[in-house]
Amino acid sequence: MSLQEQWVALVTILRKEVKRYLRIWTQTLLPSAITMSLYFVIFGSLIGSRIGDMGGFTYMQFVVPGLIMMAIVTNSYSNVVSSFFGSKFNHSVEELLVSPTPNYIILLGYVIGGVSRGLLVAVIVTLVSLFFTDLHIHSFTVVVVIVLMTSILFALAGFINAVYANNFDDISIIPTFVLTPLIYLGGVFYSMDLLPDFWATVSKLNPLVYVVNAFRYGVLGVSDVSLTVAFGMIAVFTVAAWCYSMHLLNTGKRLRQ
Amino acid sequence: MIPALTIENLTKQYAGGFQALKGISLEVQHGDFFALLGPNGAGKSTTIGVICSLVSKTSGKVAVYGTDIDEDFAGAKKNIGIVPQEFNFNMFEQPFDIVVNQAGYYGMPKALASQRAEQYLRELGLWEKRHVPSRMLSGGMKRRLMIARALVHNPRLLILDEPTAGVDIEMRRSMWDFLQKLNREGTTIILTTHYLEEAEALCRNIAIINHGEIVENSSMRDLLRRLHREVFIFDAVDDLPDAVAIPEFGVRRIDERTLEVEVEKGQHINEVFAALSQSGIRISSMRNRANRLEEMFVRLVEGAK
Repeated sequence: MSLQEQWVALVTILRKEVKRYLRIWTQTLLPSAITMSLYFVIFGSLIGSRIGDMGGFTYMQFVVPGLIMMAIVTNSYSNVVSSFFGSKFNHSVEELLVSPTPNYIILLGYVIGGVSRGLLVAVIVTLVSLFFTDLHIHSFTVVVVIVLMTSILFALAGFINAVYANNFDDISIIPTFVLTPLIYLGGVFYSMDLLPDFWATVSKLNPLVYVVNAFRYGVLGVSDVSLTVAFGMIAVFTVAAWCYSMHLLNTGKRLRQ
Repeated sequence: MIPALTIENLTKQYAGGFQALKGISLEVQHGDFFALLGPNGAGKSTTIGVICSLVSKTSGKVAVYGTDIDEDFAGAKKNIGIVPQEFNFNMFEQPFDIVVNQAGYYGMPKALASQRAEQYLRELGLWEKRHVPSRMLSGGMKRRLMIARALVHNPRLLILDEPTAGVDIEMRRSMWDFLQKLNREGTTIILTTHYLEEAEALCRNIAIINHGEIVENSSMRDLLRRLHREVFIFDAVDDLPDAVAIPEFGVRRIDERTLEVEVEKGQHINEVFAALSQSGIRISSMRNRANRLEEMFVRLVEGAK
């Protein structure tokens, strides 16, 4: 395929993905807005007012970056995992497999679709958060880069999950039993400084700690971890996830007989 | 002329050890209407799956219009349109979007894709349903939608895996007309079907596959010529006598107005009419007991057991 044809194929996949999640917006966009509003009300306003400052900010200001990042992570992941598994389940993925579209365009299309939903939900959650607190961006560049890298990483993770999934249970196991605990233990609601040394060290094995803290640095200018280490880790994981996803597509694992 | 499809020693062994294809070789010429027949599990869908990349081959060569799928699968795929056996589109999408998206996967700009989608949806009688969720379409409409989708990039080779399964007779006939028109316009068609009268009516050449091996590969005419015996049913105008005999022909009285007559190769059916006429039996109509291809198919497949 020529570059122009590949571009058309990419736009087609992306358009289809965006159309899909916009068509079912009550399942894809609305829940995050409602869940995050509840977090803001309960953890920010009701409980947060009794906790006091954290890292030099009000508790509400402290949790907002983590909650936005939580929305990005879960939405980028769940968009790709549900969409790609759905197309495997109803065999419509064959439309792509029989076409000359290169595998990297297929992967890129699904990933950008996931990223776009992550970003859209991030905007919605950010707008909701403005009803509860003021937000001043410390570093716009860090915010943009970390949001893009994180959503790409988790969109790829969602793709890998979708390839291996055999049924709808399999696409909810990872988000429920892996992703959610990692997010909750990733410093969304607390600073690492509050943890005993041992648990603070253990926490550093959690990749979500780096994602949340790097984003918090971009918004508030404070972080529990080194920004360089955070970017480095996310970049390494992203490259590894991309290569593995391409390997799955090229070998046709669970896609071709 | 480069053949539309060349298959050489194609094998497929699944992970569990089952050998679905045992080194089949096949050539389909450009412009042909080719039947690939075989009983369930014979290897037809596996062969088609390999050609269009849904099944990974174990060994062998496949080339589409001279393009080897191992060397340039994308190039080969551009020439193929596939209508699979099972519905494989998103039931929540609309027919128009399904066809336009498929064109997009072949790199076709949206304006042209929309134009082609309209052309094929109209030709296949789906234009009025273009914005209806596909799950609301009837079985026949869903099959036609898959044909429109397979044609949107104007493939030179169209592969249809049981395209008329579950389609009513009227719709089947109109699909036959459409496919014949397409073939006349230059599209090579490979058809698998369980309706053998369909293959006999449409196809010029035929391969029969059984247990992963090609057991017959010839022209339809040559194959049918090899039938040594045909059985005809005669409907009489009046009640038949209790015993009817025609010298040198096997005759069986089915009921008071129906006769079954076996005609061996070399015998002439005129002799049957003459004998019946001499006996004062008037015939209102006559037909084959079974489809001729069906007879041959059963013989070949059972012979291979």
